[in-house]
Amino acid sequence: MPQYKQFPLPDTAEGLTEADILTWHVKPGDTVTVNQIIVEIETAKAAVELPCPWAGVVTELLAEPGQTVEVGVPIITIDTDPGGAAAPVAPAPAAAESNGTSSGKIGEEMPGGRIATLVGYGPKSGAAKRRARKDAPAPAAAPAAVVAPPAPAPVAAPVTAPAPVQAPGGYVPLAKPPVRKLAKDLGVDLRALTGSGPDGVITREDVESAVSAPAAPSALSFVDNGSRERRVPIKGVRKATAQAMVDSAFTAPHVTEFLTVDVTPMMELRARLKNDREFRGVKLTPLAFCAKALVLAARRTPDVNATWDSAANEIVYKDYVHLGIAAATPRGLVVPKVRDADRMSLKELAVALDELATVARDGKTAPADMMNGTITITNVGVFGVDTGTPILNPGESAILALGAIRDMPWVVDGEIKIRKICQLALSFDHRVVDGQQGSQFLADVGALLADPGFAMTY
Amino acid sequence: MSSPEQWTHPEPDAAPAATAAKPTAEQVIAGLRATDEGGADLVQLLTPEGERVTHPDFDIDITPEELRGLYRDMVLIRRVDREANALQRKGQLGIWVPLLGQEAAQIGAGRAMRETDMAFPSYREHGIAWTRGINPTELLGIFRGTDQGTWDPVEKRFHPYTIVIGNQVLNAAGYAMGQKFDGKVGDDEGEATMCFFGDGATSQGDVHEGFVWAAVYDAPLVFFCQNNQWAISEPTERQSRLPLYQRARGYGFPGIRVDGNDVLATLAVTKWALDECRHGNGPILIEAFTYRMDAHTTSDDPTRYRLSDELEMWKLKDPIERVKVYLVRQQWADSEFFESVEADADKLGEELREFCTNMPDPPAERIFSNVYAEGNPVLEAQRDEFLDYVSGFAGGEH
Repeated sequence: MPQYKQFPLPDTAEGLTEADILTWHVKPGDTVTVNQIIVEIETAKAAVELPCPWAGVVTELLAEPGQTVEVGVPIITIDTDPGGAAAPVAPAPAAAESNGTSSGKIGEEMPGGRIATLVGYGPKSGAAKRRARKDAPAPAAAPAAVVAPPAPAPVAAPVTAPAPVQAPGGYVPLAKPPVRKLAKDLGVDLRALTGSGPDGVITREDVESAVSAPAAPSALSFVDNGSRERRVPIKGVRKATAQAMVDSAFTAPHVTEFLTVDVTPMMELRARLKNDREFRGVKLTPLAFCAKALVLAARRTPDVNATWDSAANEIVYKDYVHLGIAAATPRGLVVPKVRDADRMSLKELAVALDELATVARDGKTAPADMMNGTITITNVGVFGVDTGTPILNPGESAILALGAIRDMPWVVDGEIKIRKICQLALSFDHRVVDGQQGSQFLADVGALLADPGFAMTY
Repeated sequence: MSSPEQWTHPEPDAAPAATAAKPTAEQVIAGLRATDEGGADLVQLLTPEGERVTHPDFDIDITPEELRGLYRDMVLIRRVDREANALQRKGQLGIWVPLLGQEAAQIGAGRAMRETDMAFPSYREHGIAWTRGINPTELLGIFRGTDQGTWDPVEKRFHPYTIVIGNQVLNAAGYAMGQKFDGKVGDDEGEATMCFFGDGATSQGDVHEGFVWAAVYDAPLVFFCQNNQWAISEPTERQSRLPLYQRARGYGFPGIRVDGNDVLATLAVTKWALDECRHGNGPILIEAFTYRMDAHTTSDDPTRYRLSDELEMWKLKDPIERVKVYLVRQQWADSEFFESVEADADKLGEELREFCTNMPDPPAERIFSNVYAEGNPVLEAQRDEFLDYVSGFAGGEH
């Protein structure tokens, strides 16, 4: 007989109530062994890999990547005896019955009278249920009567009202705090909903279906009813990005300067180096040249690599460059760092940047790799954009935007020629960097890209 | 003369910049950080590459059988650790404190002890518990919240785990002083006490007090500090301006830094230290220089505060691999031996899983029963009231 077991989401730290599913490492039909890593989850504290409690065959994944799951809710069904009879398709109910110890939601009573408890601590929203007293009268429909509104007299019955919306301060609909928050976030009025849960409690599904339900067609067609909008909860990287940008924009007085550069010599050098034996197999991008130019120029103008420490009332100058590279990833904007970029050769920088990009694209940049940068490059050129006014990474004093490199008309020795042209934009924190230093730095970077031979003079 | 600049003697012709005698704060920190290698005073007998080296003061004769035993201990305790960590991730333990990377420090120290010696652990000493003959299953209740450790501390000569940081150092100092008062110190048959704590605990007042009392009473106490470099997220360099073993000098007893990832060196140094203590020459501080390869606990995420290249570097100093290399190179062990150890580890892991998932929940009465040895009427009344209340619920015994 196949025997199905369900693995409830554990509390991997002390007192967590939920976690997001990041990636499944198994799929239905896979054979799994004990302690094999089956899924990666992200809690409020960390990204954590979960090992499989049993050996067997995966029957069903009960949660999607990206989904937020409450602790104690089953996330996977595993057939621990697949050698038995043919596996039926719908295993979930069987599992709930057959397995009294390790399946089922926390707080639910299992066969044998045992209440499934989470080993660990902390509050459990939604799961903690008060147990029945032994000789309490059957609680039939009593609660419904208790919570019913105290029958207000029908004052001038508003016939046109589409939903029984109560006045503020009146009857409060029953819903758990997370559901209330969800409704608030989604802009759903709980008083307009009818709960489908026990005793008329409004559930998460009620709120979600209220959002997705198409509203009645309105005469005012230009009023968007929300069905053409998409609401994505602000969390994770997006939330961190937003906070960082707001912090930065409102604490550091930004100044942005622009410079248009003829980078033809740099591109020629790049073409030559590509054929060089030492650079064989190295992905030599304009970004690598830009990074090299930046660390060279920062040597002349250390202010751009310094930090404003308002707490200590000091400017912190750094004898190292941890170069951040703003990267677009599936999880949002992340800024991984090239550590000690100032000590790297062009080739080392190119290799490091390539690795960084691969790791970031896979969403595997460790939090530690994103911290303690000193200056950042944002390569808006890869999107075909000419330039922008970048916002500083909090704590840093300068950020350089590298624009797209285009064939453009350019005046060379009094004649119009077609050259490789690129725009640079430098934003800097005016508390740390004066216009003179910022301009000097930008001009230095530009000069190095316009004629890499200038590097000889550094 | 209040400026710290004036506290050191100025060098003649001193350059304005830092010199060796007067380093900048950054250089001090960098120097401490460079202690990846443990420094010149580090006692090592087996290099990370598995090369046997000698030391003028601390050498050891080890038979193939003994070394195979140490290897087996380390592999098994590592499996216990990984299994318990996985059990936490499966929701079977509330928390787990991993020892990954500290196997040699613990097995070396534990195997240096005699049956008559007493040990006071903190909460990461699963390897020491193993060497005291405590079944790893007995540790699980502490982390599942069902008991406080089920071994007999007097019989096993292993005190219950202490969760409060550094607190056990006072207990150990008092115990060792007692050994001395009882006349159990002074010859080769003497007793000694080992006290285990981490680098983070050295910042605690309790540890300072323990050092002071043990020193002035010449207590037969080996302070065994596993410096795993991180007090949760706080690196050692932010807790001390000098290597930890050098602190002992200020209290008036010897301090030795041993390669905590070298089971032979740890065994040799600890044996020597215990012998010194049992002859009446205690106390002694041993700083076992090691590294916590996993998180502080399962609730911690080390990627938030330390760089992965540090971890990669310490992976090359694995305490188990170097013994394996040496065993093979000496032809002291064959593949059959290594496979049998693996099989034993698998079996142990399975026992642990089995035991953990079948652990009974403690009765509600337990909250009251372990408070007073001989009962207390007020508490008993509370207990009866509570049990009566609990029994009023339908289903289950609590």
